Formats: sequence, structure tokens, C-alpha cells
Amino acid sequence: MSWYLTLPLAVPFATAVLAFLFRESGAGRWIPVLGSALGVAASALLFEKVLTDGVLVGQMGDWPAPFGITLAADLLSAVMVLLTAVAGLAVTIYSLGEVGPELQRLGYHAVGQVLLGGVTGAFLTGDLFNLYVWYEVMLIASFGLLILGGRRAQIDGAVRYVTLNLVSTAMFLSGIGLLYGVTGTLNMADLRGAVDASPQQGLLTVIAMFFLIAFGMKAAAFPLFSWLPASYHTPAYGVSAIFAGLLSKVGVYSLYRTFTLIFDNDIGYTHQILFWLAGLTMITGVLGALAQTEIRRILSFQIISSIGFLLLGLGIYTPAAVAGAVFYLIHNIPVKVTLFLAAGTADRLTGSAETPKMGGLYRTAPFLSVLFMIPALSLAGFPPLSGFWAKVLLVKASLDAQAFVMAGVALAVGLLTLWSMATLWAEAFWKAHPEDRFPTLEDLGSTQVTSIVPIAGLALVTLAIGLFPGPVIALADGIAAQLLDPAAYVAAVLGGTP
Amino acid sequence: MEVLLPLTVGCLVAAAIYLMLSGHLLRFLFGLTLISNGINLLIFASGRLSGGRPPLVPEGAKAPLGEVANALPQALVLTAIVIGFGLFAFSLVLAMRAWSDLGTLDLAEMRGAETQADTDA
Repeated sequence: MSWYLTLPLAVPFATAVLAFLFRESGAGRWIPVLGSALGVAASALLFEKVLTDGVLVGQMGDWPAPFGITLAADLLSAVMVLLTAVAGLAVTIYSLGEVGPELQRLGYHAVGQVLLGGVTGAFLTGDLFNLYVWYEVMLIASFGLLILGGRRAQIDGAVRYVTLNLVSTAMFLSGIGLLYGVTGTLNMADLRGAVDASPQQGLLTVIAMFFLIAFGMKAAAFPLFSWLPASYHTPAYGVSAIFAGLLSKVGVYSLYRTFTLIFDNDIGYTHQILFWLAGLTMITGVLGALAQTEIRRILSFQIISSIGFLLLGLGIYTPAAVAGAVFYLIHNIPVKVTLFLAAGTADRLTGSAETPKMGGLYRTAPFLSVLFMIPALSLAGFPPLSGFWAKVLLVKASLDAQAFVMAGVALAVGLLTLWSMATLWAEAFWKAHPEDRFPTLEDLGSTQVTSIVPIAGLALVTLAIGLFPGPVIALADGIAAQLLDPAAYVAAVLGGTP
Repeated sequence: MEVLLPLTVGCLVAAAIYLMLSGHLLRFLFGLTLISNGINLLIFASGRLSGGRPPLVPEGAKAPLGEVANALPQALVLTAIVIGFGLFAFSLVLAMRAWSDLGTLDLAEMRGAETQADTDA
């Protein structure tokens, strides 16, 4: 039964090995695509299994929890694994057109698959130290992807990214050490009971702050976000897209996991901090976006703003708010990946990533312009797209929890996001090209299909979530119920071995 | 002995933070090595200290007899050392590339990514 859990992990790593072995040949281009497709199938199987059977647990090496390493998938993990695989497939297909043989020889596809494997592992593990290890797998792969190509800007961006992420890792590891010292366990389900029973509640709140800082830094929450807009605009667009869609979300996922399962004893303190951080993150993100002209830097600041919405649900900490945040998380991953991929295509067509030097696409490549507009408006919360439902749920939950200020902030930030995305679209797609060029999709040549198909596919996902939000809302409600009452999760992990 | 370890951890972390705040990439990396070693000691100490009681299972028994040292933190520290070494090696090479490409290791002067965006605007 644990095949369901290990397959989504085994596929990307096996693909990485094969992609590396065949990196010099033509097959090396298609192995990652095939592997990513298999990954989607494996994660869909896992998702289906979790949906019907509830929390799925596997004890690695048959060591019973809490002594061995546990892999556990509840609904949140399963959804995240599925979204990771889908985003991975889209980016792998897109990379066929963007990444030349030179980067392929350097192992671009292999490292990309390792990154997907690391992200999947972080979503599936039920052990804090194991989570640290998956973080490192993910981190070293992201370092590799960030510097492949070795342009000046990439090295500079990488220095910022690497240094701040290593500091965050150090915080994470010290938090783990201290928590083990106080409770004597690192299994997340076991920690829930151990933290409840511990007499040293004050100390545990301090330790919770270690985790808040470490994961907040990974998630690019206020005020620890500076590394993100300094580095995300430097590598290949496929890399930016996968970073934007997944990496900061792993930080958010870790916050959701630890601050519902483990650190929920002092909500008045820890979650109040999260609540205000959420507001500040939303505001600084969108204001930063308004000040930029480089397309990927605008989108990078928009990532930060979205992180604020994701933290807001956790900060309010009612079932409705957490469900709203989970809906936002599900909608945000395809939206972010589509935006970055469409931006990459626009950059190739117009010859620049600086919005004043772009333009002319709406007249000659209207399809691409519409494909960019769908996720852009969705991000701004325009009905009937997916972002609208996410914001409705979050704002309603804020009002129900009497957090009127934060509901106002969320609405104002939504309005500013609309402004930012509308300006971006008008500048990059609508206005005439400053050099009177008329870029068309035919300019992409043989890479036309591989560039457009993933963008269109993900835009369709966004549309589908927007037009038929019912099942996703029900799913988000289910996830929120599991997060806020993890009794089933704890029982599944600790209740004997299969 | 118990007092000595926290003091050592404190000194290592303090020195590391001093180095990391100096704004120089190489010093930052030295600080990072110091802080990872400090954290490794912290994890080691969090398993409680005990001398001369190796966690060995005598022949014929199923479990160690009596109190033995906690072996788990040592396994954790070992993992952390290996990972930390890998990341440090990567960071050193990155620093070398930064020196040859950007001509400086001063973090305040290193503005390749951002100036490019600023001047193009």
C-alpha cells in the first residue's frame, strides 16, 4: 500500500538519473517529458486513493512510528503533490522550446526533476528532520537551476538567494534541535501529543518562533522576502515558473502543517503574529510590484503579495478562513506558473522583458495576450475566474471573524493587484511595439507548440476552477477540517503499522 | 560539562552572526560554517550528555541493558554535517564565480541583477 506514497517520489528521481545519463542525446529531451507525465499519473493515483480512503501512511523500512521515518499523505499533501506534478509537466514541456542543447548537456532536465522530487518529498514526509532533508534536496537543486548558464545577473541573484536561504536553513535546523531537546521526538504526529503534554509551554512558543522565521523566510513573508525579487528574474523562464509556482508554497505548506498540527497551543500569540505578517506581506508585495517595470520582477512581487493571502487564513484560524487560504493555494499554483511561462513567451517574441520596450502582441498574437490575461485577471480576483472565489472566501471569513481591518486590506490589495496587472498587460501586450515590430506566434518557429500548449493547458485549469468552483471549495473545506482537527492524521500515523 | 556546551554554542553563534553581518561574502560563508557547527553541537546537546555508555546491544539480548547514550542526535548531526558540507562547497564555488564575474565580494557593491534592471528601465 505504501507504493501509492513512494511512487510520486521514485518517478522524478528515476527520471533525473535517466535524463542525466542521456543528456547528450536526443532522447534526453523526451525522457523528462515522459517522466513528468508518469509523475502526474502517480500523483493522481495517490490523490484518488487519499480521497477515497482518507489519510494514507507508510512507515519506511517498517520501523513503527514514531521511531522510523513516516511518509503520510492527508488531503492537503495529496493535492499539493498533484499540483506539483502538473506544474512540473507544464514546465518540462515548455522547457523543450526554451532550453537549448547546451543547458541540456549541463543537466538542466535532471536537476529540474530532482527539484520536483524534493518538493514532493517535503509534502509527503511526516517527520520534521526528514522535512529538513527534503528542503535541502530542493534547495541544492534550485541553486543548480538558478546558476545554469552562468550569466552575470544570475550569479548576483544566486548570491542573494543562496545566502538568505542558508540562513533560513540554519534557523530551521536549530528549531529542530531545540524541539527535540524539549519533547524527545521529531515525528510530527507524535509531536502533537508531546507538545500538548510538555510543561515548558513558554519555551515551546520560543521554538515556534524559530520555525516561523525559518518557514516565513522560505515563503518570502514580510520582512524576509528580499531574496525573492532579487533572484527570480535571472534564470530561464521555465525555472522562474517552477520556483514561483512551488518553492515559496513549500514554505507556506510547512507553516500550515506545523502551525496546525504542532504549535496550536498559544494561538493568541503565534497566530496573531501570522495575522499581522499576512497583512504587511500583502501590502508590501503589491506596492513593490507597482514600482517595477521588468515583467518578472513585477510578477515576483506579486508572489509575495499572494503569500500574504495564504498566511491570512492561517492567522485568522477559523475553518472558513483556512479553507479560503487552501483554495487560494490551489488556485495560485497554476496561475503563477502560467503567468511566468506566458511572460517568457512574450519576452522571446518582443525581444525584451522591460515593459516599456515590449508591446504589439495584442494585434499580432491575440491568443497569447488572452492566455496571459486569464491568469492575470484571476490573480486580481476578477469574477468569474478562480482568484475571485479565493478572495470571496477569504474576505468573507475575515468579516465573520470580525477582522474588518484585514478584510479591507485584502480588498484594497486586490484592487491594487488589478491595477498592477492591468498596467502590465497594457504595457507588455496591448500598446504598439516601440520599434514598430509585429511579433507573431510563428516567430517561435518549431517551438510554437511546446511553448503554447502548457500555457493554454494551465489557463484552462484556472478557467475550470473559476467556472466550476464547487468541487474545489468542497475539497478546501475538507482540507481545512483535517488541518484544524488532525485527530485522524495522528491516529493514522501512530495507530500501528500496516 | 553541561554548562560548557551551551557556552560553546553561544560563542560560535555569536562569532558567526558577527561574521555574517560584515557584508562580505567570504566572511559570510565562514560565519555560515561556524553557525552550522554551533547548531550541530546544539542538536548533540539536546540529546542529553552521558559519558562512557555506548549504545551497544550485548550478544543474546534484544535491547541495550541499562541506560545508554542517545544515538539519534548523533545520526541527525551526521546528516546535517554532510548536507552542510555540500552546501558550503557549492557556496564557495559560487563565491569564486562571483569574484571572477562581478569583481567584488562586497555584498553592498554586488548589484549585477538589480542594476541591470534599473539601467534598462
